[in-house]
Amino acid sequence: MSEENIDKSYKEWKNDKFDKTAQRFGERKKEFKSDSNRTVKPLYTPLDIKDLDYINKISFPGDYPFTRGVYPTMYRSKLWTMRQYAGFGSAKETNRRFRYLLGQGQTGLSVAFDLPTQIGYDSDHPLARGEVGKVGVAIDTLADMELLFDQIPLNKVSTSMTINSPASILLAMYKVVAEKQGVSSEKLAGTIQNDILKEYIARGTYIFPPEPSLRIITDIFDYCSKEMPRFNTISISGYHIREAGSDAVQELAFTIADGIEYVKAAVDIGMDVDEFAPRLSFFFNAQMDLFEEIAKFRAARRLWAEIMEERFKAQKAKSKMLRFHTQTAGSALTAQQPMNNIMRVTLQALSAVLGGTQSLHTNSYDEAMGLPTEDSVKIALRTQQLIAHETGAADTIDPLAGSYYIESMTDHLVKEARQYIEKIDELGGMAQAIETGYIQREIQENAYRLQKEVEKEDRVVVGVNQFIEEDEEKNNNLLKVDPAVENEQIEELKNIKVKRDDQEVKDALTQIKKAAVNDNNLMYPIIKAVKAYATIGEISDVLREEFGEYEAQYI
Amino acid sequence: MDNFIKVLIAKPGLDGHDRGAKVIARGLKEAGMEVVYTGLRQTPEQIVRSAIQEDVDVIGLSILSGAHSYLFPEIMNRLKKADHSDVAVIAGGIIPEDDHKKLKELGIKAIFQPGTPISKIVDFIENEVQK
Amino acid sequence: MEDNIDQLYADIQRGNENTIAKAISMVEDGTKDAVKLMKKVYRNIEPAYLVGISGPPGSGKSTITQSIVQLWRKENIKVAIIAIDPTSHFSGGALLGDRIRMDKISTDRGVFIRSMATRGSLGGLNSSIYDTVLIFSLAGYEYIIIETVGVGQNEIDIVKLADTTIFVTVPEAGDEIQAYKAGLMEAGDIFVVNKADRPKSEQMVLTIEQLVSFRGDKEIWKPPVLATNALQDEGITDIKKSINDHHIYLEEKDLLQKNRREVIRAQMINLMEKKLNEKFISPILKDQKFFKHIELICKKKEDPYSVVNELLSL
Repeated sequence: MSEENIDKSYKEWKNDKFDKTAQRFGERKKEFKSDSNRTVKPLYTPLDIKDLDYINKISFPGDYPFTRGVYPTMYRSKLWTMRQYAGFGSAKETNRRFRYLLGQGQTGLSVAFDLPTQIGYDSDHPLARGEVGKVGVAIDTLADMELLFDQIPLNKVSTSMTINSPASILLAMYKVVAEKQGVSSEKLAGTIQNDILKEYIARGTYIFPPEPSLRIITDIFDYCSKEMPRFNTISISGYHIREAGSDAVQELAFTIADGIEYVKAAVDIGMDVDEFAPRLSFFFNAQMDLFEEIAKFRAARRLWAEIMEERFKAQKAKSKMLRFHTQTAGSALTAQQPMNNIMRVTLQALSAVLGGTQSLHTNSYDEAMGLPTEDSVKIALRTQQLIAHETGAADTIDPLAGSYYIESMTDHLVKEARQYIEKIDELGGMAQAIETGYIQREIQENAYRLQKEVEKEDRVVVGVNQFIEEDEEKNNNLLKVDPAVENEQIEELKNIKVKRDDQEVKDALTQIKKAAVNDNNLMYPIIKAVKAYATIGEISDVLREEFGEYEAQYI
Repeated sequence: MDNFIKVLIAKPGLDGHDRGAKVIARGLKEAGMEVVYTGLRQTPEQIVRSAIQEDVDVIGLSILSGAHSYLFPEIMNRLKKADHSDVAVIAGGIIPEDDHKKLKELGIKAIFQPGTPISKIVDFIENEVQK
Repeated sequence: MEDNIDQLYADIQRGNENTIAKAISMVEDGTKDAVKLMKKVYRNIEPAYLVGISGPPGSGKSTITQSIVQLWRKENIKVAIIAIDPTSHFSGGALLGDRIRMDKISTDRGVFIRSMATRGSLGGLNSSIYDTVLIFSLAGYEYIIIETVGVGQNEIDIVKLADTTIFVTVPEAGDEIQAYKAGLMEAGDIFVVNKADRPKSEQMVLTIEQLVSFRGDKEIWKPPVLATNALQDEGITDIKKSINDHHIYLEEKDLLQKNRREVIRAQMINLMEKKLNEKFISPILKDQKFFKHIELICKKKEDPYSVVNELLSL
């Protein structure tokens, strides 16, 4: 059927059938919009993708621009990694949870650290009071790290660590723990999040100002390209940007723009893009709008590939592949009728699988109220296993390709994201855009829009503004972090400081300071310091002295 | 004679999640209140000092890290020591219901869970301030 | 009743933060007691040295303010900061976020930071700003900084209350500078180009120097145009020195008192407008008859000029 014929038939259908029926029976809403406030038409047809170039824009799995997937076989060979984010209390307790999860069929580890660790404070620091072990595991020295991975073979298990400002220190610790297990660094697989730009935008665990932070990141790129080639040096994150209230287009655009800034920083200091780009990875959110999310993941792959080719002239295919981890949206979970969250997570996870994610974390249903219990995290894990084994969703690659709706939306998302990226270019790049507050304002505007929509009931949240239950039974089975952890960590710190060689630590810290001043790669002296059982706080303080601390400028 | 309600929205401790605090701050502003937003990483000392200098009617504490069990009593104690307990303190974020009783005993007037509409918070504040 | 006010006055003088804060609120709200207090204050207190600082959003004024204050604090000088943000015309509310950028001095016992919304429904300067300056003066603060955002007429009016007025901008402001109202260039005593590590900062300094040179030769003070990098603490001592220089200049040329007379004049006009509004205009606006007049004017039965004369019994 030729294009004109389809167009003619479509118009006939629209006028004679759709409009007339819509007038007679009405439509459920005045306007149908996606989660990101884009218009959703009643119907998509071949006309919506008539200009789409299959070979150059969609192509095949493993072929540029990777819209359909980064690997030729995708889940046919290997399912995505089931990687549940976990951590709380002491290293011992978290180790127990790690082994439980691996025993239940999880295929990779993901470490949550407490706030003092993430911000470079030891458990005995005044600002750590009340925070130790609360949102993740408390790590002060190598000793904690050794306990964390006790009985876990690091040559067989890959580990993702959600650590940013002190990423260099935790990476050093991980390498040393592996060495002690007899595993050489070249074999180590895993990821450090190490994405400082999004900390300034949306997450808040920054320590140093942008320039020195980027320097530390490029040091890590350089170090890993030589010593840990299987390790992902960064997880450029959109998850938190979305959680802060952005829409899907902003999540996509700002994440890719962050990526551009990191690549630029490394290229500017003389690194060859193909040296480090293959080990860049990404991290996206899986929100509630099923189809928009699937399109977003496909758009991300295509956009990154095109940019790596256009802007940075990457030669290796691996340099242009966007590999990503996904987490289901925490902000979609409700405290009201928490069991509904199981269904929410299921559908969000499905979108990530249909979108071709490389690894996935599914939230537990009680997370609007606290950290997951063993029971609730098991259900979250089973959700992934069910999708993998019972639905057939993983049995063919990129099943939704060719859908008029999905392809049209994928294309639109790429175009809209490019507009944002252009604007950010005009502002001088992402670091500048953040400094002017532009990114934060865009996110906040959207966050406020979402809030208003929920309050006006334009946006339905089941159990919250509709289908409400007045007298719900409270869930008393929540995870509690033992408050004794704080004192135990403080005691342990005292012990370690007595047992270790003070001179060795002092020398190592001096070496770090020297490297900071002389622009030498910080990883090497940090590894030495970590081996001597220097604490995260001690190492961070040396860097604080040299680099200063970031001062938030914008609301 | 003017009669503005002045509110301090604060993020105590190391928690960096400020979406809720900012949305609430804006909502209260649109309801006609004057809102002082402190930004992240506020110590109890800073929060109480800000509350005193700004002479606020209400302090709103936003926290998602679980550190409220230590930080909130600290804040309430300092307010008492500074003879400033007439300020109404409310809280929101991730604060398990099991902790609510203890916090109310400390003097915290209300704890709002995720999903609370802004209008509910506005109404609560307006009622509290009238008392 | 007088005991009440005397007690309040004495507590402020002693530097009690709680009392100072409450007094400022009273003044903002315009209570009867506030008026009684201010009567006594105006009759007894010499204002402390007042520095006004403004600039477009993102220019880094708060960082500069914080840095200057830190320098003064090293000399043990007590400083008060009044950070002014606009009241929303739609809701009447305001978001006061300047404290965020002054984290480092927020626990210093010798620094008082107070955020204020512009309030006011008929425009014009908020009279409680200068009243607050005097309350801080009574409390013993030696330097007071008024900080506001923007370079519009309102902001210029606010910072002109000061003895020394500083305008901050950034190198990228470029073409906007050319469009700046003459008022801005006339009102500034010190100009600062912040984030001077950025490209085009030298150009910006030259541009401003040129614009400033068009000022009349009435005065001999040549406003310095300073380049700073506030986040790196560069150039701040230059600003401090310039403030000092300007202070000396004003004293030597007998201009300090002359300028303050101007400020009192503006404050008086402000208070008169407020009183007239309160006593004559607001009641009229609230009266039903007023709306009837509007209707009649629209129906061409009356005209605004005749109605106003009648309403005001002129």
